[in-house]
Amino acid sequence: MASSTDSNVKGENSQVSYKKYINTKTDRVLQSKKHANDIFDVIEYLQSEKDKEVIFATNACSKVFCQLFYRGDLYVGDLPEEEDLVNGDRSAEEKYRIFMRHRYSNCVELLLENIGHKAFQVKETSLCALMKFVAAEGKHPLQNLDEHYNFPRELLQTLVEHLLSEKEDMSLLISRFQEFLEMDDVRYYVMSSVRDNIYRVMGRNKKAVIPVYQNNVFTLLSTINVPSEASKMRHFLVRQDCKFEHKRAFEQMWLVFLKFKLPSNMYKKILVILHESIMPQMSDPTLLIDFLSAAYDIGGAISLLSLNGLFILIHKHNLDYPDFYKKLYSLLDPSIFHVKYRARFFHLVNIFLSSTHLPAYLVAAFVKRFARLSLTAPPTSLLILLPFICNLIRRHPSCRVLIHRPSTAEEPCDDPYVMEEEDPAQCHALESSLWEIKTLQKHYHPDVAKAAMKINEPLTEQEDDISELLELSTFELMERELKAERKTIPLEFDTATELLKSSREVLGVHFSLE
Amino acid sequence: INKTIIVHQLVFCAVPLPAAGGDHHPISKNPFEVKINRKKFDVLGRKSKHDVGLPGVSRSRAIQKRKDTLLKEFRLKDKNNTFIDRRFGEYDSKLTPEEKILQRFTLERQRTQDRKDMYNLNEEEELTHYGQSLAEMEKMTDVIDSDSDSEEKGLLSAELTATHFGGGGGLLRKKSAGDDEEEEHKPRSRQELIEELIIKSKQEKRERQTQKEEAQELTEKLDQEWKSIQNLLAHKTPKAERTDETDKPKLDQYDMMVRELGFEMKAQPSEKLKSAEELAREERQRLQTLEADRLKRMMGDAEEDAVQTNTHISADDMNDGFILDGDDRKTLAYKDGKWNIEGEEEEKEDEDGDEEGGEEEEEEDDEDDAEGEEDDEEGEDDDEDDADEDHCDLQSDEGSEDEDGQGAEEEQVCAEEPPAVSEEQKKAAQEAAKAELPYTFPAPESYSDLKQLLQGHGSEQQRLILDRTLKCNHPSLSAGNKAKLQKLFGFLLEYVGDLATQNPPDLRTVSALIPQICGLCQMFPEAACKAVQTLLSDSGHSMEETLEVKGRAPMPDLDMLVLLKITALLFPSSDFRHPVTTPAFLFLSQALTRCAVVSLEDVCKGLVLCCLALEYVSLSQRIFPELLNFLLGLLHLTVSDKHNMGYTVVSPFRRQGKSCDLLVLKDPNVSHSWNRKPISLQTAHRLPAQSPVERDHYRLSLIDSCLDLVKRCTWLYKDLPSYAHIFQPIRALLLKHLPDLHREILDAIPEKPSQHAPLVFKKKKPIPLKLFTPKIVLDYGKKRGNTKEEKERERLKHKYKREFKGALREIRKDTRFLAREKLSDVMSRDAERKRKVKELYGSLATQEGEWKALKRKNRK
Repeated sequence: MASSTDSNVKGENSQVSYKKYINTKTDRVLQSKKHANDIFDVIEYLQSEKDKEVIFATNACSKVFCQLFYRGDLYVGDLPEEEDLVNGDRSAEEKYRIFMRHRYSNCVELLLENIGHKAFQVKETSLCALMKFVAAEGKHPLQNLDEHYNFPRELLQTLVEHLLSEKEDMSLLISRFQEFLEMDDVRYYVMSSVRDNIYRVMGRNKKAVIPVYQNNVFTLLSTINVPSEASKMRHFLVRQDCKFEHKRAFEQMWLVFLKFKLPSNMYKKILVILHESIMPQMSDPTLLIDFLSAAYDIGGAISLLSLNGLFILIHKHNLDYPDFYKKLYSLLDPSIFHVKYRARFFHLVNIFLSSTHLPAYLVAAFVKRFARLSLTAPPTSLLILLPFICNLIRRHPSCRVLIHRPSTAEEPCDDPYVMEEEDPAQCHALESSLWEIKTLQKHYHPDVAKAAMKINEPLTEQEDDISELLELSTFELMERELKAERKTIPLEFDTATELLKSSREVLGVHFSLE
Repeated sequence: INKTIIVHQLVFCAVPLPAAGGDHHPISKNPFEVKINRKKFDVLGRKSKHDVGLPGVSRSRAIQKRKDTLLKEFRLKDKNNTFIDRRFGEYDSKLTPEEKILQRFTLERQRTQDRKDMYNLNEEEELTHYGQSLAEMEKMTDVIDSDSDSEEKGLLSAELTATHFGGGGGLLRKKSAGDDEEEEHKPRSRQELIEELIIKSKQEKRERQTQKEEAQELTEKLDQEWKSIQNLLAHKTPKAERTDETDKPKLDQYDMMVRELGFEMKAQPSEKLKSAEELAREERQRLQTLEADRLKRMMGDAEEDAVQTNTHISADDMNDGFILDGDDRKTLAYKDGKWNIEGEEEEKEDEDGDEEGGEEEEEEDDEDDAEGEEDDEEGEDDDEDDADEDHCDLQSDEGSEDEDGQGAEEEQVCAEEPPAVSEEQKKAAQEAAKAELPYTFPAPESYSDLKQLLQGHGSEQQRLILDRTLKCNHPSLSAGNKAKLQKLFGFLLEYVGDLATQNPPDLRTVSALIPQICGLCQMFPEAACKAVQTLLSDSGHSMEETLEVKGRAPMPDLDMLVLLKITALLFPSSDFRHPVTTPAFLFLSQALTRCAVVSLEDVCKGLVLCCLALEYVSLSQRIFPELLNFLLGLLHLTVSDKHNMGYTVVSPFRRQGKSCDLLVLKDPNVSHSWNRKPISLQTAHRLPAQSPVERDHYRLSLIDSCLDLVKRCTWLYKDLPSYAHIFQPIRALLLKHLPDLHREILDAIPEKPSQHAPLVFKKKKPIPLKLFTPKIVLDYGKKRGNTKEEKERERLKHKYKREFKGALREIRKDTRFLAREKLSDVMSRDAERKRKVKELYGSLATQEGEWKALKRKNRK
C-alpha cells in the first residue's frame, strides 16, 4: 500500500514537475529571444516515452510556434543550412529567425513521426498541432510566392503521406481528420496530394495489393464530400480567392485509386458507396466503366454490387453495355440468398426487370431460374422471391404459361428448362412450368406456403409491393409470429415421457443422452 | 240415482220411401239420336270414353227414371205415416247408454225446471243414493264409512224386527210380558207402545251418534299428531321412530341429524364399468378425433379462407350485416362422390371435445381426491411424527418402517400419474428416494428456489419432488396455486436449460423431468406457450445481434437444442401455423443458415438441429430447404478434393477455406475399426480430448448420421414435384466423391427428374350471379302425398267433389222435373176446371133454354 501511494505521489510530482518545466520553458522562449535555446528542451519532450509528456509538449510547441508565426519570428524564404548560419554575415535578428525556423522544421518532423505513434491521443494532438501549423503557415507563408498560391502544400502533402500509412490502420485518425476536410482548400489540396501519393506508393509497389494502405486511402477518400456548387464553398483554412476544380480533383483522385488492383473486400466497400457518394460528385462518371466492368467480371457478391453502378451508367449516362441481362442471368446462383447485400440485389433486379419491353423468353428464363433457386432459399428470401416472381408474371402476361398451360394439361412431361445453360434465350424456360413453386406450397413457413399458393389461381392485377420485405430478417419474421394474437394453443396430444422418445423420433435414433 | 226413461216425442210424419230402381231400355241405334263429340286433338294413349253419345235416349231414360221414382214419391207426398222416435240420442250410436240416460235425465229436468220451478229458489232437488242424500254422503268422511256402522245397521235388533214385522205379535207379547205393570198402572194402548218404541230407538240412535262423534274427534286428533311427525319419519326406519318417541328432549339435536342425513347425497348409480374392449375403442376414437383435428390444422387456414369466400350474398342484401335468419340447416353436398357430412362430423367433434373436457375435469377431480387422501395421510403423518422429530428432513434417512409402508402406498398413487417405466433397479432406487423425501413442497417462488429444491438430488428424486410439488399445489387446492404453477413452468425450462449447459450436461435429469413439464403444459397451455416463446425470442434476438455485430454467430448451445426438442414434444409441429412451433421453425432456419461451423462440436450441434428439423417436418412432410442445404454442407465437409464440384454450398458453409475439411478422415483405414453406435449428446457441448483414431471414429459416426438423415429426407420428400432438383446437389456430391457410401440414397434419387403435368390454375367455380333470395316453401311437395293414407285421402277428396257436383246437378234436374210436373198438374187442373165451367155453363144454358122453352110454352 505504502509503496503504491509513494509511487503515486512521485508520479504526481513528476507530472507536476514536467508541466511546470515545460510551461516555464515556453514562457521563457516567448518572453525574450535570449532564452531561445530553451526551445530545445521543449522539443526534446516530443520524443519522450510518456504519452502525457508528449501531448503536453506538443501543445506547448504548437503554442510557441503559432505565436512565433504571428510575430513573424520565423525566417521567410529558402532556408539556409544551419551550419552556414555561423559563418554568414547576418544580423542577430535574422539569425534568430533562421534558428527558430530550423527548430520549427525539427518540430514538424517530430510531429509527423508522432502521427505514427502507438497512442491515439498523441496522434490526435500531433495532427491538430500540424493542422494549426498549416493554418498559420497559410496566413504567414514561409515562402515568397504569388498571392494566390500561398497554401502550404508541402506540409499538407507530407501530413497526408503520414496519414496514409502502409503499415498501420489509421481509420480513427482519418475520421478525426475529417473535420479539417470541411475546409474547402484543405480538401482540395488533400485530394491532389492523395492522388500523387497513390501514384507514388502504388508505383513503388509495382501495382501489388497493399491492403492496409488501400484501406487507409479508402477511409480518407470516403470521407471526402464535394459540395455540389462552387458558390457554396466558403470555408477556408487560409483566406483565398481562387476557384478550385473540386470535381475534377475528386474524380482524378478516385480514378487513380480505382486504377490499381484492390483487395476483394475493398471492392465491396467501394461498390456499396459508389452510387451514392462517388458517382454524383464526379464530373464524368462514365470514366468508372473500366472499374465497374472489372468488378462485374469478378463474380459473386462483387458482381452483384457493381450492378448498381452499372445500372446508373446505363440508365442515366446512356452507356451501352452488351449482354447485360445475360450476365445478370448468369449471376444468379444459390448464394444470392445468403449474401449480405440481398436486399440491394433484389431491389436492383426488380428495377432491371421492371420494363415491360423485355422479351418474354428473357423474363421467363429469369422467373424459372429464380424458381429453381428458391428451392434452396431461406424463408426471408422466399417471402421476397415469390411475390417478385408473381409480379414478373403479371408484368409479362405472355409468361403466364409458366403457371397456366391448359392445352397439354393432362400428359406429364420432363422439365424442358436447362439450368446449366447460361444463355437465357437457349434455356427453354417458356416451355416449362413452375413446379418449384408448387413444391414450395409445402414449405414449413405458413406465409411462404400461402404466397406459393397464389399461383393456383389467376393472379390479381395489382402487383405486390416487395420493397418493405427487402430488409426482412429471420428474427423479424419470428417476432411477427410471436406477436400475433392466438385464441387457442393446440398441444401435442400424446404426452411424452422421455426426452428422446416420441412418436416420430429422429434425434433419439442418432444420439444418446450419455 | 233414479233412472228415468222418457220417450221424448212421438211424431208421425211423412217420409218418402226408397224408390225402386229404373228399368233399362235397349239403346236404339237410331242415327238421329247419336251425337258425336268432335275431338280437337288426337292424343296418343288417351282412352276416350265420351266420343259418342245418345243425348235423347239418355234424357228420356232419366225422365223415365224420375217418373218412376221421384214423381211417385211426389204423388205420395203427405199421404202415408211413419213412426219417428225422437228420444234424445236414440239413433246415436256414439253415445253410451249411460251417457244417453244422463243426458235425457238432464233434459227432462230442464224441461220441468223451465216450466214449474222457474221461480222456485229454495227447493232444490236433492239427489239420493239408496235413499240417502248424496250431499250428506259427500260431507261425511270415509272414516265413518270405515267404521263398522254398516254392520250395526244391518243387525236389526230382534225386538225391532219383531215389532216391525211381527204383525204386532211382538207388541202383544210385550204387552203380555208387561202385563203386571199394566195391571199395576193402566193398560197402555198399542199407540202408546209404538210411541215408546220410537222414542227408545231414537234415543239409541242419538247415543250412537254421540259415540261416533267422539270417536271421530279422537281419530282426527290422532291424525293431526301423526301428520306433525309424519314428515320426520318419511325416510326413517321404524327404529328411529321409536327412539324419536322415547327421547323427546333430545329431539332437536336428533332432528338436525336426521335432516342432515335426509339431505345427504345418496349413492348414485355409477356408470357401468367399461370393459377393456370398450375402453380401447373409446381411446381409439379419442385419438382419431385428435388426429383428425391435427390434420385439419396441418392443412391450415388457407383452405378455410377458400371456403369462407364462397358464401352466397343475395342481391337484395343491403350490406348492413343483417341476416334474415341463420339458416343452420346443412345443405346437401357431395364431395368425391360421397355425401359430404363434414359439418356433422365437426359437430360430433365438438361434442367429443366437450366430453373430453368433462373427462379432464373428472380426472382432475380424481386427482384432487387422491391429493386429498394424500394430504390426510400427510396430516396423520405429521401428527404422529411431530412428537419425535420433523424427520421430514432430507438428511434423516433412517425413516421408520411405517413410513416405508406408506411409501409403498404413495408409490401406487404416483404410479398413476406417469406411465410407469417399470425397471427393477429403478423401482428400488425410487422407493429408497421416497423414503427420504418429504411429501409436501411449497411451490418455488423464484428460480433460485426451484434450483435449491432440486439440486443435489438424483434425477428420479428430482422428478419425484417435482411431482409432489405439482400435486401439493394443484390449482384446485388454492386460488394462488395457478399463478405459482404457471411461473413454475418458466422456472423449469430455465432449470432444464441450466442442466443442459452445465459441464457435463445432465441430460438424464432433463429426460426424467419431461413428464412433469408435459403435465404442466397440458394444465396451462397459455403460460407454457408464453414461456417457450420468450426463450425462443430471446435466443433468436441474441443470435441476431451477434450476427449484426460479428457477421457470424456461434451454434446455439445444448440448452437451446434441448428446448427445441421439448418444444417438439409439447406442441404439434405439424400445424400450418402455430404460435410456438412456427417461431421454432424460424429459429432452426436461422441457426442452420447463419451459424458458423468451425469445429466438430459445431458439426454435432448442426446435426442435432438437422435431426430436430426433420422431426418437425416428418409428419407434415413440409419442405425445409435449409435442412437440405445444411446436410449438403456437412457432406461437403467430408470431401477432401474441393475442386470441380457439381454443386454449390451456401451459407454457413464455404467452398474452400479453413474448417472446410472438418469431417475428412485423417486415416482412411480407420473405418474398419469403427462400429455404429449413437453419438452422445454431451459431445455437442464439449468434445473430450481424444486420440486421432477416436476423432476419426467420431467423424465417421457423424457422417453416418448425416447420410441417414439424407436417406430419411429422400423418403420424406419423395412425392414433391421438384424432388429430383432438390436432391440434385447431394446426388452430384455423393456420386462424385462418395459413390460407395449408402448406395440406396443414390438409388433413391432418380437421375432424371420425374415427369409432371404442366401447371394449370385450379378449376374455378363460376361466380354465381347475384340473385334474389327465392321464397322457400318448406313443405313443398308434400301436397301430393307420399304415404298411402294421404294418397287415399286425396283420392277420396276428389271423388267427393265429383260426387257432390253430380248430386247437385241431379238435384237441379229433380227440381226442374218436379216443377215441370207441378206446372202440368196445374195446367191439367185448370183445363179440368175450364171444362167443368164450360159444362156448367152448357147445362145452365140448356136449363135456361128449357126454362125459356117451357115459359114460351106456358105463354103459349
